This record gives sequence, C-alpha cells and structure tokens, in this order.
Amino acid sequence: MTATTVKAPASPQETAGSWTVILRRRIVGLVPPGQALPDRQPAYMQSWIYVFGMATLASLGVVILSGIALAMGGTVWWHTSALGHYVNSVHLWSVEIFFVVLVVHLWGKFWMAAWRGKRGLTWMTGMFAFLAAVGTAFTGYLTTTNFESQWIAAEAKDGLNSIGIGGLFNPLNSPRMLLWHVILLPLVIGVIVLWHIVLVRRHGIVPPIGAKEPKK
Amino acid sequence: MRAKVATPDSHDFPTRPYDLVKEGAIAFGVILVLALALAAIFSSPDEKAISFKAWAAATPNDVIVTAVSELAETSGSAGYGAPYNTNSQGQTLGPLALQRWGGVTVPIDSANDLVIGPLGSVKGDTALSGALAQWKAATADQQSAWATAYADALDAAGGDPAAVADGEYGPVPELGTAFLTLAQSGGLEQLLAGGFYGGDQTKALLLLSDGTYLEDQAVARSLGGDQWGMINSTGNNPGQPWLAPVSFWYQIEPFKSSENADAIIFGMMGLLVLVVILLPFIPGLRAIPEKIPVYRLVWRNYYRTQDK
Repeated sequence: MTATTVKAPASPQETAGSWTVILRRRIVGLVPPGQALPDRQPAYMQSWIYVFGMATLASLGVVILSGIALAMGGTVWWHTSALGHYVNSVHLWSVEIFFVVLVVHLWGKFWMAAWRGKRGLTWMTGMFAFLAAVGTAFTGYLTTTNFESQWIAAEAKDGLNSIGIGGLFNPLNSPRMLLWHVILLPLVIGVIVLWHIVLVRRHGIVPPIGAKEPKK
Repeated sequence: MRAKVATPDSHDFPTRPYDLVKEGAIAFGVILVLALALAAIFSSPDEKAISFKAWAAATPNDVIVTAVSELAETSGSAGYGAPYNTNSQGQTLGPLALQRWGGVTVPIDSANDLVIGPLGSVKGDTALSGALAQWKAATADQQSAWATAYADALDAAGGDPAAVADGEYGPVPELGTAFLTLAQSGGLEQLLAGGFYGGDQTKALLLLSDGTYLEDQAVARSLGGDQWGMINSTGNNPGQPWLAPVSFWYQIEPFKSSENADAIIFGMMGLLVLVVILLPFIPGLRAIPEKIPVYRLVWRNYYRTQDK
C-alpha cells in the first residue's frame, strides 16, 4: 500500500455528509492501518543512526518536563533556590542534548537523502522544527533575568532590528519574550513535530538509495 | 554508478519485529539520567544582572557620560533609527532598507524617556528642579548646544566631570550629576520600566547599552560579537553552539567591520535556510548524498545481502 492512497475503511452505519464522519475519516486515513504504532519495521533499518530521531523526541520530552517545573516556580525562583537552580540546569543540559541529537538526526537524514519517495514535506517540517527550536532556545536565553540575558538582548536587538522585525519581536522586552518562550514557540514546535511524525508514519522510513521494488 | 530508480514503497519491504514504544521509553530514560547527571556535575551559569546602582558604583563617570550623550542625542539609541526613532536610516541590505521599512514601532525619545523623565520624578531637590526647569524652558537648539558642548568637554577631559573646563553648558552638568545620584539610589530601573508591574525593560536595556560598562563586562567574559560571543556563555558553560553558522560571519571581513553586518548576515542566513528547507527540490544539491556514499554505511547490511 502506498502512503498517498491511504483510505479509511467505511463503516456501513456512517451518516453521509456528517462533519464528524468526514473528520474521523481524515484522521484515520492519515497513516496506513497499523502504521501509527507499528510493531514491525523494514528489515533494512539496521543502523544506530535511526535511534537519533527517537532520541530527539525523548530529549524534547525532558526539555518540556523540566521547563514545566521551572514555569511552576516562576521567573526568579531559580535565582533564589538551590532546587530551582538545579531544575534550570537540567533544562539547560536537556536543551544541549536535544540539539546534539537533533543535528545528528538531521545530518543522518541528509546523507540518506531521506526526502526521496515524496518525502520532501517530511524533510521540510523537520527543518521548520529545527528553526522553531533555535528560536525557542534563543528566547529562553532572553528570559533568564541575569547578566547573560541583558547582554544577549542588547546584542540581538541589532540583528533583529536590521531586518525590520525588532518591533514585533522585541528582545529587550523580557516578559514578552517569556510568553514567546513558554507558550507561542512551544506550541509551534508541538504542531510541527506532530505533523512531522504523522508524515514519517504515513510514508514509512525511506528505503536504501538504489533499492528496487522487492519481489512479492 | 548505480542506475537511477524510483523510490519503492517502504511498506512493501520485508520486515522484522520491533518495539517502538520500548525504544522511546529507553531513550527517554537514558536522556533524563544524562541530563540529571550533567546538571549535577556542571550546573548552569547565573551571573547577577547589572543594576544601575552597580553600574554607578563601578563606573560613575560612564553613567554621567551616557546621560549627557542621551541629552545631546549622540548616544547609540538616540541615533539608532527604527524601531525607536527616525534619526537614522539604520542598516540596509543592498538596496533594501529593511530596518527603516519596519517603522517606528517602539518609539523612544532618548533624552526625555531615559533621562529627563526619570529625573522629573525626583522630589525635594531644589537644585535639580531648577536645572530641569531651565532645560525645559530652553529651545531644542539651545538644549542641543549645551549638551553637545558638555559632551565634547567631557570627552576632552577623559570622561571625568571633575576635570571639565569651564564653558556654556547650561543645566547639563547638574542634570548629569543628578542622574548619577538617581542611579546610585537604586530606583532607576523601576522608573524606566514604568509603573507597579512595569516589566518592559526596553528603555532600561537601551540606556545600559548606551554606556560602555555592559559591553566591557561582556567582552571580559568573551561574549563580544567578534569573540564568538553568540555561542559562548558566562563561565565555562556551553551557550548556543547551534548559532555557530551565524556567529562565524561576524569573525571575518568584510562583515566584521561592515556598518550593515547584521542586515547582510541575517539576509545571507535567511537565504541559506531557504536553500536547506527546499533542498529536496533543488537539482544538483539534492543529489549530493547519492554521489558521496555515506549512505552505504547506514545500509551496509542491506547492500551486503543485495550484492550476494
């Protein structure tokens, strides 16, 4: 079954024209049956490079959890509490790990030319997720309310102003950057990552370069 | 050379058992433990923010010089252009005046918003009240003449107000001294942030950036733009190494000394990002992985079985 011809099975009791039915069929038809959470994978997937996609997701999970813990304490908690400082350190290091595994994943997909077989959008959503992550990390540095955030904001304003977006995205306005960091950009990342995963499950893992149609 | 073939459907290939959820759980556990351990060993940087009180204590003359430059409209923020004012075209990317086109969306009047306004909130200082009254009663040209003359005199005196030669400075010396006193009091941040909740540090950070103290402190910590500062952090902690492709251009000429460095580099990076996003659709570039057989390492077992 090719991913682009996926169709959800029709139920004899479905009401024609129901918006609910239409939406359900769209959702069910996003990936081929059994491929949302498969318990088998193509035999050609025998490399450690495949681990880095899952590692990226896992580290994103640690980033989000440590970020939620930080958010519960508030913006200055980590300056005054040893526990808060430790949670901030976990957040920082999970971000560093996230980017390491993400970059390895990205380079792996490049050398595999993983956009083959109508997977161009999968590559593009991955790149969008990377860019959104860079922006989110940047706004994180702007909201640390310490010397570093002062300096980064002062420097960053020149770059952003030079291309005319310093008013919309004002790095000197720390509370505004905090909202970008904890709500807007994570929301963007969440949507893009979900879209990326659906595309991966929809099209399957790209076959080796030069592979021919297997004999059936 | 391998013949060009259409990419077959991955679902048609032979499969083997695999536990996706188990892999995810193990990956999460390993990364969580790694993050906990790295946090425990290396912690994270947290150097206290510079307060105006600390700035005034460390380099009082810099505070006065900065305040006078705001009054003379020679400071960085006063002559910045968009989004703060129209006093300069700002940076351009070739024929594109992107900065100016962005418009004045965060209007800042450096003299009034950063100096005169905060000084006006000081009560019970008759000398200051008189100086402010004299300043406000003067024409814009007179204000500029006083402030510029005093700024030049300060510059000639090496930034030391005590060594400034006599001249026609109007109330500017008194305003500069009063501003230093206000900074020393510790209340300037609140006045610049605006009100009980305040929160917007735009004015405070512009004022701090207009002085030399902030940059001196950053350069001493290797955080300058031409020191790979974008990817560094305070102490020995990692910063944002993923910004290395951006930071790189600030280290080399002609970008390093260009007045339009930010606009040019951001424009270049925008173009580069666009190329990477659209890589699957760009002939030649999309074929690079097929020309350099790194992929044979990834699928070595597959090719070994196919070659037999």
